[in-house]
Amino acid sequence: MNNDHLKNIGTDYKYGFTTDVKNVFDTGRGISEEVVRTISKMKNEPAWMEEIRVKAYKEFEKKNWPTFGPYIKDLNFDEYIYYIKSSEKTESNWDQVPANIKDTFDKLGIREAEQKYLAGVSTQFESEVVYHNTIKELEDLGVLFCDTDTALRRYPEIFKEYFAKVVPVTDNMFSALNTAVWSGGSFIYIPKGVKIEKPLQSYFRINTEQMGQFERTLIIVDEGASVHYVEGCTAPKYSKDSLHAAVVEIYIKKGGYCRYSTVQNWSNNIVNLVTKRAYVEESGHMEWIDGNIGSMINMKYPACILAGPYAKGTTVSIAFASSGQYQDTGAKMIHLAPNTTSQIISKSICRGGGKVNYRGTVRHSKKAIDAKSHVECDTLILDEISTSDTIPLNMVQNNSSYIEHEATVSKVNDDQLFYLMSRGLTEAQATEMIIMGFIEPFAKELPMEYAVELNQLIKLEMNGSIG
Amino acid sequence: MSKLQIIDLHVSVEGKEILKGVNLEMNTNEFHVIMGPNGTGKSTLAATIMGHYKYEVTKGQILLDGEDVLSMSVDERSRKGLFLAMQYPSEIEGVTNSEFIKTAMQARLGEGERISLFKFIKALEGATSELKMNPDLPHRYVNVGFSGGEKKRNEILQLKILKPKFAILDEIDSGLDVDALRIVGENVNDMKSENFGALVITHYERLLDYIKPDFTHVLMNGQIVRSGGLDLMEKIDQEGYDWLKEELGITTQPEKIKAVSIGTCAVKQTIGK
Repeated sequence: MNNDHLKNIGTDYKYGFTTDVKNVFDTGRGISEEVVRTISKMKNEPAWMEEIRVKAYKEFEKKNWPTFGPYIKDLNFDEYIYYIKSSEKTESNWDQVPANIKDTFDKLGIREAEQKYLAGVSTQFESEVVYHNTIKELEDLGVLFCDTDTALRRYPEIFKEYFAKVVPVTDNMFSALNTAVWSGGSFIYIPKGVKIEKPLQSYFRINTEQMGQFERTLIIVDEGASVHYVEGCTAPKYSKDSLHAAVVEIYIKKGGYCRYSTVQNWSNNIVNLVTKRAYVEESGHMEWIDGNIGSMINMKYPACILAGPYAKGTTVSIAFASSGQYQDTGAKMIHLAPNTTSQIISKSICRGGGKVNYRGTVRHSKKAIDAKSHVECDTLILDEISTSDTIPLNMVQNNSSYIEHEATVSKVNDDQLFYLMSRGLTEAQATEMIIMGFIEPFAKELPMEYAVELNQLIKLEMNGSIG
Repeated sequence: MSKLQIIDLHVSVEGKEILKGVNLEMNTNEFHVIMGPNGTGKSTLAATIMGHYKYEVTKGQILLDGEDVLSMSVDERSRKGLFLAMQYPSEIEGVTNSEFIKTAMQARLGEGERISLFKFIKALEGATSELKMNPDLPHRYVNVGFSGGEKKRNEILQLKILKPKFAILDEIDSGLDVDALRIVGENVNDMKSENFGALVITHYERLLDYIKPDFTHVLMNGQIVRSGGLDLMEKIDQEGYDWLKEELGITTQPEKIKAVSIGTCAVKQTIGK
């Protein structure tokens, strides 16, 4: 059966519009210690933060490039603008947000989403958070939810205690870059025993050509507390490369639970290099629900450090590499304590010459007695010109724990297509149904609104390409 | 009232001719049964009518109410009113049966028309209970983890809901126990109307206790060699096909089976080295 129609899936970028926004201040192109110090001063930060930034910048300067994955050494750090302030102060009332910025968010449907599903919203536009709203009942529970810059001003002690601890300054080249120039992101603290039922949500957008966005997210879940955080990314389309290097640090204390859901849909010119890591204490549970649809190059391996007994880590992810895209994604589970468990479910799809890799690490240390891990990687290749590799690293350093690993690679099956078409579905509808079925284990983990959006995104793109 | 005509149909699979000029005409409100020894092309005929990609029509015509079926895609054939209940239905992970059936129902409607959720649920629940299927079946993934019998019932479930003009039932009785056979047979039999006819392919007469055929055809060597009524079917059931072969002077050649000796490959490899 002819699979020509598959070549066009995922080519039209639905959110590829731009908004004309007047920037209030930027640091100009390029990075130096001077630029780093300027950012810190612009933000009126305490001296210790400025020193961390400078220390991180020096680490970044060593240029310890990743020794794996896609070739990114042609990134020219002098081309990027590292800090842009687009509105003078953070707005807490939607009416005060500039009209053209609102227009952008309207196109993304964020206000409607807020009404239906969200307990609190903070939206980042370029580097500064312009809209932030936390529902009062959360405040009454003692939950802290604000942009990261505000958190540094308001809660310096707790901030200092946890910042750059799970992802230290020296961790890797791009987390060091982020630590040096970070701006915006979300800060969440959930006090002891507080369980938040509704997901908390945030949207990020890059809106200036060749601007690097370096948001920093810090989530602390205290003992027995629980939270579901949803991060949404869509960006306007530009012709020149843009860099996104974010860091997400999560600290889960004894018996705490955190789920972090993302559907990353950067336009296909973004280089996305993200460090996401959670530190999980005894009986805590971290879940990464991680979707990767967009960006040109994407390197992202959400990690769980299972530090206490009975700690649990879960990653459910999809990666979709379309024409011109290279998705190098996966998961890391580092077991450091007895009876820790982890599960990784990874679904990869490629088409139109796209490349999608699963790169994962599961390590059971000497102390991780009776640890258990299950890894499942499935790949669906939609045409002859697309490629995929599965690169798992499974290490067991004791003699009582075990790791299960399953991997499958398949193509859209002609008999399945015939079966669905024999019931009246067009070839496009049938293909779409098979793809949606393939990613169902991921989609079912998303909040309803996101699952619908993901579904719509794939449907629209397929319908648009087939006519 | 609709008419399905198969005219001088020649079909090849991978260059080998399987059907060598099949002629058959049927109307709605008629049940036709096709019998014949193994490997004579019964399933080929069924799959070709539906447009399976493996089968190449080298000559002949299929017409549905005078329209050229062979120029239609598989999904067009379905929407025009043809249905194939398959011997080996595919499994689709991650797609629920109800989602699949709803999409198939929707595919039959015109642009801008939406299927009413109420109607859909009513149709699905009605058919599920008439087929005495497990009520959770619609919520499970299409055919995944279904037993052989459940898969066959699932085919009939779709048949009942999609309401085609003509159904081709390809060995729908295999894998069914006696009770399931009766349920499936009765459900198909009840569909017979001015708007529905069926072409039943089977080895066994038992299904035909429930689906009452009006015409019997015998397919041998890629052709329909004899047509008749119930009496023909009964005679075949009792006496087999030998009398017919003799009468027609046909010597069916059994498939040549190559002898496989286990271990040959390994031996060859060793020698090769």
